[in-house]
Amino acid sequence: MTKNFKTLPVYILLSVLSLPLVIMYAYLVIDTFTVTTPGSLVPGPFTLHNWRFLWEPAKPGQASIWAATLNTFLFAGGTMLIVLMTSATAGYALSRLRMPMRSFMLAGLIMLHAFPTVTLIISVFLILQIIGLYDTLIGVILVRAALDLPLGVWIMKGFYDNVPWEIEMAGVQDGASRFTVWWRLILPQIQPGLAALGIFSFLQAWSEFILPQVLAPGANAQVLSVYMQAVVKSETQMDFTLFKTIGLFYTLPVVVIYLIFNKKLMNIYGGGTKG
Amino acid sequence: MRILIDNFTKTFGTTTVIRDMTLDIESGEMLALLGPSGCGKSTTLFAVCGIHRMNGGRLLFGDRDVTTVSSQDRNVGVVFQNYALYPHMNVFENISFPLKIRKESKADIDAKVREMAKLVHIEDLMERKPAQLSGGQQQRVALARALIRKPDVLLLDEPLANLDAKLRLEMRSEIRRIQQETGITAILVTHDQVEAMSMCDRIAIMNKGQIVQLSSPSEMYNEPASAFVAGFMGNPPISFLDGTVEGSSLRLDQSSIVLPLPESSRPASPASRVKLGVRPEYFQPENPDKVEGKISFIEIQGRETLYDVTLENGAVLRSIQSSGPLHKLGDTVRWGVDHSRVLAFDESGARL
Repeated sequence: MTKNFKTLPVYILLSVLSLPLVIMYAYLVIDTFTVTTPGSLVPGPFTLHNWRFLWEPAKPGQASIWAATLNTFLFAGGTMLIVLMTSATAGYALSRLRMPMRSFMLAGLIMLHAFPTVTLIISVFLILQIIGLYDTLIGVILVRAALDLPLGVWIMKGFYDNVPWEIEMAGVQDGASRFTVWWRLILPQIQPGLAALGIFSFLQAWSEFILPQVLAPGANAQVLSVYMQAVVKSETQMDFTLFKTIGLFYTLPVVVIYLIFNKKLMNIYGGGTKG
Repeated sequence: MRILIDNFTKTFGTTTVIRDMTLDIESGEMLALLGPSGCGKSTTLFAVCGIHRMNGGRLLFGDRDVTTVSSQDRNVGVVFQNYALYPHMNVFENISFPLKIRKESKADIDAKVREMAKLVHIEDLMERKPAQLSGGQQQRVALARALIRKPDVLLLDEPLANLDAKLRLEMRSEIRRIQQETGITAILVTHDQVEAMSMCDRIAIMNKGQIVQLSSPSEMYNEPASAFVAGFMGNPPISFLDGTVEGSSLRLDQSSIVLPLPESSRPASPASRVKLGVRPEYFQPENPDKVEGKISFIEIQGRETLYDVTLENGAVLRSIQSSGPLHKLGDTVRWGVDHSRVLAFDESGARL
């Protein structure tokens, strides 16, 4: 009780400081559901007019919001799967196996991580055109995953390093194959890392704009960020409440994921398993 | 099962860690691999369980040559120093893991695990996770997991190193009890001579990748083959005196002290250099061959008192006496050496 009492002034101070943010977010939500004149602080009457894009058929030449949402889920989910599978196996190899050029690869990983996406985009564009993956979802998924991998592999290697090698030897002595040992004894130990990395790469892909915009702008492979951009461009009269509503719709899954998994996400910086 | 390590050689890169080592372990025997760190005892253990490949020699379990057999197919039970329990599984799952890998039936697994839990006294802990167990309990689980598939040989890698003093004493007798009840052949790797002496039938003492001596604990203590073995066995440790042979006696370096050589040892050639080993229990006030010195250190151990006596040439003799501390630091004493129990070594450290 005394502890709570002591921290009370801190909470009050923090609340006051973050009040502007909270108010902005509150009005973001309120505005989408009401008819409010810009600049007014008092909300007008309730309406679903701003959310009409969810049920009205798409305008000619534009993708439908639901197709874009599905694409975004496929894009983020696909990226997450590739990143998880590759990081889990590559991290194990770098942590445990004595293979040629190991230290070179470790140093290389860090180097790769240093390249900003934008500097690579022209060459990636050309490559995708040559191999015929331009303007496809698979193409952007591969590129996004490739950009996430250096960090992912590096993080997973750190988690593997924290698993005592005796556990692996014990498993082998108990008669399990190397694969069984990895799958049933080692992976459960690094599960917090996998969860964190998975969520991390999902969210990164979810909010990605540049890559899909440049590499998959067509209506078939459009994701929500590109869809939003298309809507903004096509409106002759700027309807900011519509933009806000689409933005809110776009943010919802992220908010939900954060609320559910925020503890797991912390693991990526805490690193390692609990004893 | 009889285990034979035949002419075992192990190299890491260009360094040879173990060369041509031969060790024959009888069925049902508990053998200690004892030695300072880096002597190759763990390397030997890992070769037996198949984690290290052997660079030369053979390994036989009974009549079966397992030199090139993989760890998985060797049927060896190992208890690691940190127990290596699987943290995400509870005690039951840990112990049953080897059986599950072998795809035994659920009823079989259940019965075997219960029986094993009873043997190591952990019946009440089956639902716990390793993190919720004390060190001694974790050790029991590790033992149960190693023994559940009835291995040909049980390997114990410093099993007591992570336990506190009291638990160590308890687990020492527990491990021995379990080993004797199951009648399994066991190899214990340790650097603690007390552990080796109290738990094992025979001790193989290793130094620099070689077995220096292989014998029963009491023989190793009383008849060490070299100064290294004598120095390694016994706590408090033996003290060494350097001197030169004069007739049938030994004159200590830079002093007037002359001590008779033990009759049992081979007569050393005149004027040769000899090292005498005197254990603390054979340097006592009532013994005949008196040596004068000053008490330079007293350690009260409760039941016994340990004295360090510095002789006139600076050499130190230790004496352990069961009476309370009768003497003070700095006292000059004349205590005797039991020359029939003194150990003589030549310059290279070999027993005379």
